[in-house]
Amino acid sequence: MITIYVPRDAAALSVGADEVAAAIVSEAKKQKKDVKIVRNGSRGMLFLEPLVEVETAKGRVAYGPVAPSDVPALFKAGLLEGKAHKLSHGLTEEIPYFKSQERLTFIRCGITDPLSIEDYRKHGGFEGLTKALAMKGSEIVEQVTTSGLRGRGGAGFPTGIKWKTVLDLKAEQKYIACNADEGDSGTFADRMLMEGDPYCLIEGMTIAAIAVGATQGYIYVRSEYPHAIAILKEAIALATTSNWLGDNIQGSGKNFELHVRTGAGAYICGEETSMLESIEGKRGIVRFKPPIPAIEGLFGKPTIINNVMSLAAVPIIIAKGGEFYRDYGVGRSRGTLAFQIAGNVKQGGLVEKAFGVTTRQLIEDWGGGTATGRPVRAVQIGGPLGAYLPPSKFDVPMDYEEFTKVDAMVGHGGLVVFDDTVDMAKMARFAMEFCAIESCGKCTPCRIGSTRGVEVIDRIIADQDRDKNLELLEDLCVTMADGSLCAMGGLTPMPVMSAVRHFPDDFHKPAPNKFLAEAAE
Amino acid sequence: MAKKVARTTDSEPNLAPPVPTPAEVAALAVCARHGNKPSELMEILHELQHQVGYIPEHVLPVLARALNLSRAEVHGVVTFYHDFRREPPGRHVIKICRAEACQSMGTEQLCQHAERKLGAPLGTTSKDGAYSVEAVYCLGNCALSPAILIGDKLYGKVDPKRFDDIVAGLNKETAA
Repeated sequence: MITIYVPRDAAALSVGADEVAAAIVSEAKKQKKDVKIVRNGSRGMLFLEPLVEVETAKGRVAYGPVAPSDVPALFKAGLLEGKAHKLSHGLTEEIPYFKSQERLTFIRCGITDPLSIEDYRKHGGFEGLTKALAMKGSEIVEQVTTSGLRGRGGAGFPTGIKWKTVLDLKAEQKYIACNADEGDSGTFADRMLMEGDPYCLIEGMTIAAIAVGATQGYIYVRSEYPHAIAILKEAIALATTSNWLGDNIQGSGKNFELHVRTGAGAYICGEETSMLESIEGKRGIVRFKPPIPAIEGLFGKPTIINNVMSLAAVPIIIAKGGEFYRDYGVGRSRGTLAFQIAGNVKQGGLVEKAFGVTTRQLIEDWGGGTATGRPVRAVQIGGPLGAYLPPSKFDVPMDYEEFTKVDAMVGHGGLVVFDDTVDMAKMARFAMEFCAIESCGKCTPCRIGSTRGVEVIDRIIADQDRDKNLELLEDLCVTMADGSLCAMGGLTPMPVMSAVRHFPDDFHKPAPNKFLAEAAE
Repeated sequence: MAKKVARTTDSEPNLAPPVPTPAEVAALAVCARHGNKPSELMEILHELQHQVGYIPEHVLPVLARALNLSRAEVHGVVTFYHDFRREPPGRHVIKICRAEACQSMGTEQLCQHAERKLGAPLGTTSKDGAYSVEAVYCLGNCALSPAILIGDKLYGKVDPKRFDDIVAGLNKETAA
């Protein structure tokens, strides 16, 4: 029996992984070969999806991107023995894109069958939780503090401090809420982990629950991720049956119940307090802080809110100790970050690396430049609220503090690459437009400022009182940044002003000549 | 042809209780499955929309009563979230990502192409009721842009040519 891996990750499915799996089954049947297909997660080399792997004596051999029509030729070339073919990349583990990474959170993703608990345990799964069950809550929190882990959702708040706040509070009910509302363009790490290694998130949340004495947890997943939702629900049911969730986990006397909540297309629900409102079944309107959610969170009770990536880093931190994790990274940015190289890039995918790697390395060494083959003009880092950086800033190391110094943010580690055909005035306008569409409406600077922002940029583009309007735009951005209740209105000025600052040419174009434009029509 | 509406006059009052519509029956069943808990409203709306296709106006008071909420609260939630529709959708709901990563790979051209091809501007349903075309902001497939989602099926690297092939596939499915 030969084992063949074909990912079930949504990105792989989006380019035909199901069809490839079906073609392999039918070809094997035709040739009377005994094959077993495992639907694994993605290895993160999305430019090679669908990436088919064959188990051989030497290790797993990769082929990709495979189309269903390639399958007969692959069989003929000796796919089942891992033989050469023009789509072959040799041993998966030896592919430079993959080999050069430092995988801690994504250590199992793409390797195991996402729903097999046996597979999960064989690859180090539940080691952290087993250890945590024998530890005191304060000892667990101490390990997380030692690791230097900071919130991976973008804000970079120290996770250990958040946990300690909840641990120290006395309450009859505490909650763990996982923010899986990964709405930022250019990010897909949460989705990839939930689909490729769901037990890792479940384990991280259970450790958090045991540490602070919570018995209920919620994972808030955006509705745009139907595959992740389905896999998570299945994984929770299986983990409960095998007693890694639910009552008296592994005979420890500890209980933890986990629920999945589905978002409904509101970007703002990625903001933590808006997410809590949404989990409670209400409009996703941002709450005032204080009180912080750690003190008065879900249903008014102490709540740990962490991003998927923060919680998924916890199992390895507890299994190997806080120091092990802290030894990766630079400055006050410890551990690894799952960078996501996206947009106009030749080799898009997920690259988990310690902090300190540069934008240039990520988009040149891993990304291989633009997909269109044109020069890179700008990269937006950290989602739609992140700054647009020009090539002159590509050597700033990925580090929370270093990025703040250049008025940018690492955020969730997503990089969206643009080639030289991009019009940055248009992108600045889009940032305002997006804020106008997605604002929850609670505070004025965000609700009205974004609409006024679109209008001002339209006037700039149309060359009406350009200098005055640029001044007005800057003023508006200061108001939004200082006066908004949350990061939505508070950070929208970041992409806008970075575009103005770094790409002034796009805002000072000669006035469109109406006569010529009409003649061209 | 306009539908005839049955009217009651003063001389013959209609005393029979109104017959609940199928959507109302479904709404009550979904609420009951969720223990009539108001905190489950999001899940209830998703399930109801999955069954009925949209959230009809007349079920709002039914939901409100079942969950012990005000009608305004239910209305507030339904209208806050982009996902919940208040009109029946087309047979196929095509969501096209127009966030930054997809823009860098030409989603604007794809949107224009789709609008022309299906005869429905973004945010509307084609006249024959076959397609609803919507803009979404990120489908999490940013390394394989532009991305579209049809029902629960995700497609990556969608250029106008591939878009046409996908739509042709949908038509074949419908015909079969």
